[in-house]
Amino acid sequence: MTIAALNSNPAPAILPGSGGLRGAFSDLFWRRPKLLLFLMLLPPVLWLGIVYIGSLFALLLQSFFSIDEFSGLINREFTLKTYGDLFQAANLDIILRTVTMAALVTLASAVVAFPIAYYAARYARGRWKALFYLGVMLPLWSSYLVKIYAWKLILAKEGILTWLLVKLNLLWLLDGWLSLPIVGGNSLSVSFTGTFIVFVYVWLPFMILPVQAALERVPGNLVEASSDLGASPGQTFRNVLFPLALPGIVAGSIFTFSLTLGDYIIPQIIGTSRLFIGQAVYSQQGTAGNIPLAAAFTVVPIVIMGFYLWGAKRMGAFDAL
Amino acid sequence: MRSDRGQSAPLRLKIAAACGLLFLHLPILLIFVYAFTTEEKSFVWPPPGLTTQWFAVTWNRPDVWEALSLSIRVAAISTAIALVLGTLCAAAVSQTRFFGRETISLLVILPIALPGIITGIALRSAFALADIPFSFWTIVLGHATFCVVVVYNNAVARFRRTSGSMIEASMDLGADGFQTFRHVVLPNIATALLAGGMLAFALSFDEVIVTTFTAGQQQTVPIWMLEELIRPRQRPVTNVVAMVVVLVTLLPILLAYYLTRDGDQIAGSGK
Repeated sequence: MTIAALNSNPAPAILPGSGGLRGAFSDLFWRRPKLLLFLMLLPPVLWLGIVYIGSLFALLLQSFFSIDEFSGLINREFTLKTYGDLFQAANLDIILRTVTMAALVTLASAVVAFPIAYYAARYARGRWKALFYLGVMLPLWSSYLVKIYAWKLILAKEGILTWLLVKLNLLWLLDGWLSLPIVGGNSLSVSFTGTFIVFVYVWLPFMILPVQAALERVPGNLVEASSDLGASPGQTFRNVLFPLALPGIVAGSIFTFSLTLGDYIIPQIIGTSRLFIGQAVYSQQGTAGNIPLAAAFTVVPIVIMGFYLWGAKRMGAFDAL
Repeated sequence: MRSDRGQSAPLRLKIAAACGLLFLHLPILLIFVYAFTTEEKSFVWPPPGLTTQWFAVTWNRPDVWEALSLSIRVAAISTAIALVLGTLCAAAVSQTRFFGRETISLLVILPIALPGIITGIALRSAFALADIPFSFWTIVLGHATFCVVVVYNNAVARFRRTSGSMIEASMDLGADGFQTFRHVVLPNIATALLAGGMLAFALSFDEVIVTTFTAGQQQTVPIWMLEELIRPRQRPVTNVVAMVVVLVTLLPILLAYYLTRDGDQIAGSGK
C-alpha cells in the first residue's frame, strides 16, 4: 500500500493528523514536499524572472530596433543595423579600449593580490587571520564612491601624491610619465594611469578572496616537498603554487574583468574624455536618446562575459568562488 | 633541511602583503583628515588648518538629510524583500535536489555577476516599454533584485551547516512543519539572516550605478555624492558626508562579520 493510500483511509493511520488549518497545511507539505518546494521557489523565481530576466529581454529586444536619423525617434522594426553601428571605427575603439583596460586591471590585481592572499592563507593564524579577513572585507564593502573620491584627493594636482613626490625630489618622474602619450595627461586625476590605479584599487578585494580560498587548499607540505627536492622559491612558485592558485585567480578575474567592462563612474570621475563602454552606454541612452545603440553596446560585455564564464567553468574556477 | 610548522614568512612576502593592505586602507583613512580641513576650494595637502565647522554646515543642509532619508527607506524595504526572497530560495536550493536547481542559483547570482550598468539599463528600458514612471518603488525594484544574492549566500551557507537530522528529530517528537520552522530552523539560521540583511542594507545604501538608471529626480546619498563629484558645490560638505558614509557602512559590516563568525559553532554542524 502506498503512503497516499494510507492517508486516504482515516481510520488506521499510524499518527493522527494534526488539528486545525495550520496542521492541515503542515501535513500537506509533509506529504507533498514538491508542493512546498514549488511554493518556496515561486516568489523568488517570479520576482527575478519578471523584473530581471524580463528587463534583460526588453533590453535585448531594443537592441534590434533602430533610431531614425532624421526624427530621432525609435523605429520598432527588427533590424541588425544597430549592431552594424558597433563596428564603426569610433565604437570599435571604445570596445577595444575597455577590454584592454579590463585585461590590464585584471593582471595587476592578480599580482598585487597574490602576496596578501598567500600570507593570509599560509602564515596568518588566529587573531591575525581574522585581522587579514577584515582587512580585505572592509575595503570591499566600504562605499564605492567614497573610495573613488579618496583617490581624487590623492591624484589631484595639488593632492597628496604630488606633495609626497616633491618631498622625495621625484617630481620629474611624475612629469615624465604624464608627458607620455595615451597614459599621460594634465594630471594623474585626468589620465588613463589614474583610471587604471583606481580600478585596481576598487576591485582588488574581489581578487584577494578567491585566490586566498584556492591557496588555503594547498597543503603546506607540498611547498616544503618542493623546496626539499631542491627547487628555488621562484621555481616552487612557478611549478607548484601558481598552477594550484590559478582557478582562484580565474575566479577573481571574473569579477575584476566584468566590473571593469561595465563601470562608467570611475573613468568619468578619474579619466580622460575618451570613452569606455559603460560611458558610451550611459551617454547613448541619456543625452543621445539612442536606446537601441545603448542596448547593442551592453550586449558586448554580456557576450564577452559569456565566453569568459564558459572558459572559467572549464578551468574549474567556479569551485574556487 | 627540516621545515618546521609555524615557521615565519619570508621578509619579502611580509613586506609585499603589508604594502598591499596599506594600499587598501590608507586612501579611506585620508577621507577622515579631509573632513576637518579648513581649505574650501581645492584638495591641498597637507591641510592648512583643522576645523570642525563643516560638521555644523553639513548638519544644516536639507538636501543631505533628504538624500539620507531616501537612502535609508530604500535600503530598509529592499532588504526586507531580499530577506524573504533570498531565504525562500536558499531553503529550496539547499534542502532538496530538483531539476533546474543550478539554473536557479545562476538566476540569483546573475544580477551582480553581470556589470551593474546592464541591470540598470535593462530595468530602465523595461520601465520605458511598460510606461512605468520613475518613483521610490522603481529604485526599490532594482535594489531588491541584486540584494537577494547577499541574503541567499549567507542563508545557503548556514542551511548547509545545519544538520537535517535536527529537523527530523523535531518532526519525530511531534512538532508540525510550522513549529519546526519556528523553533528549530529559524533560531539556527537567524544570525545568518541578520548578517545577510545587514550586508544587503549596506549594498543598497551604497549602490549608485543601478540607481542612476532607476531614479528620476530623487537623490539617494550616492547619487548626491556623484553629483557633487561632477559638479562640486561645497567640497568640505562632501568630505564630511564621505566620512559619515564610511562610518555608517562600517558598522553593519563589522556586525555581520561577528554574526557569521559565531555561526561556525552552530548546533548540529557536522562540518
